[in-house]
Amino acid sequence: MVADDTLPELGPRGALLAGARAAALAPALVLGASYVGFGSLVGAHELSLGFALFNTLTAWALPGQVVLVELYLAGSGVLAIMLAVGLANMRLAPMTVAMMPLVASPGRPAWRLYASAFFVAVTCWAMTMAQAPNLARRDRLSWFIGCSLVLWAASLVGTIVGFYAAAELPVSLTLALVFLNPVYFLLLFLQSTQGARDATRLVALLSGGALCVPAHLYSPEWSLLIAGLGGGTLAALYRFALVRR
Amino acid sequence: MSAEVGLYGAAVAAAAATYFWRGFGVAVGGRLDPNGLLFEWFAAVAYAILAALVVRLVVFPSGELREIALAVRLGACAAALGTYLLFGRSLFAGCFAAAAVIAAAASGVLS
Repeated sequence: MVADDTLPELGPRGALLAGARAAALAPALVLGASYVGFGSLVGAHELSLGFALFNTLTAWALPGQVVLVELYLAGSGVLAIMLAVGLANMRLAPMTVAMMPLVASPGRPAWRLYASAFFVAVTCWAMTMAQAPNLARRDRLSWFIGCSLVLWAASLVGTIVGFYAAAELPVSLTLALVFLNPVYFLLLFLQSTQGARDATRLVALLSGGALCVPAHLYSPEWSLLIAGLGGGTLAALYRFALVRR
Repeated sequence: MSAEVGLYGAAVAAAAATYFWRGFGVAVGGRLDPNGLLFEWFAAVAYAILAALVVRLVVFPSGELREIALAVRLGACAAALGTYLLFGRSLFAGCFAAAAVIAAAASGVLS
C-alpha cells in the first residue's frame, strides 16, 4: 500500500477493461454456474423469470437471494423476509468498510462510492482486495466496476439458463452447481491470503470458520455474526500484538 | 395477480435490506483511517464472516444438499483443495473437482 502513487495509471477506461478481463472466463463461469442453481430454484417452484432477474439485478448477493426465495415459498411475510435477508447480507457492511479506504481517491465525489457499493459482493470484493495493491489508487474503483459488471452479467445469464433448464437438469447436477458457491469462495479466500503483508487475514478466516460450528449449534440465525465478530476480533488482536512488538 | 404483487414486494424489501448494509459500509468506511486498528478490525470481521459463511454452506446446508452426507461434502472440499494445488492454483480445476464429487454422490444417493 506504500507504493500507491508510484504505480503507473491505466486511466478509467483501461482500468475498467483490466477488471473486466480479470473477471472473464473462470470467475464469470463459476459464478454464472452458481446462478444457474439460483435460476433453477426459482424455475422449479414456478415463480416467474421476471422476478428472478429483478432480484439478481437489484439485490445481487447469492445467499440473500436464496433466503428470499426459500422464505417466500414458506409463506413468510414481507417484514420477516426483509429482516432475514438483512441478516443474511449483514456481511456486506464490514466488506464495504474494508474496501472503501482502498478504492476511494481524494477529491472524487462520494456518490461514486455509494453507487459502486451496489456491486459489493463476495467474488468481485475478494478479487479487488487481492488486486488493489498492484493498482494505482485512481484506477481501483474502475477496476472494481469492470470486474463487477462482467460478473453481474454472468449472474443474469446464469439465472436465465437455470430458470429454463430447471425441468431438464438432473437433480444431481443442480446440487453440484449449488455446491460450487462455497467451494469457489473457499479457494478464492485461500488465494487472497497469498501475498498478504502478514497472517491477519489467515487468522480471521481460520478462526471465523472454526467458530461457525459451535455458533451454529448455539444459534443458527446469529451464527455468522457471532463467528465473524469473534474470529475478526481474534485476528485484530493478533495484528495489534504484531504491531506492538 | 396479488401473488405476483407479493412476490415483487418481497423482492423490493430484499433489495432495500441488501443495499442498506452496502450504504452503511460506505458511510462508515469513508471515515476510517486505513492504517488504524478499527479498520483492521472491520476487515478481519469481513474475512471471518465469509469463512463462517463457507463453513455454514458446507456443514449446515439448506434444501436438498442435506441429502448428501457430510463426509461427502467435506470430501468434495478436500478434492477441490487438492486439485486446486495440483493444477497450479487453478480455481476452475478445483471447482470442477468438487462439482464432480457432489454430482457423482448425488446420482448414487438419489437414483
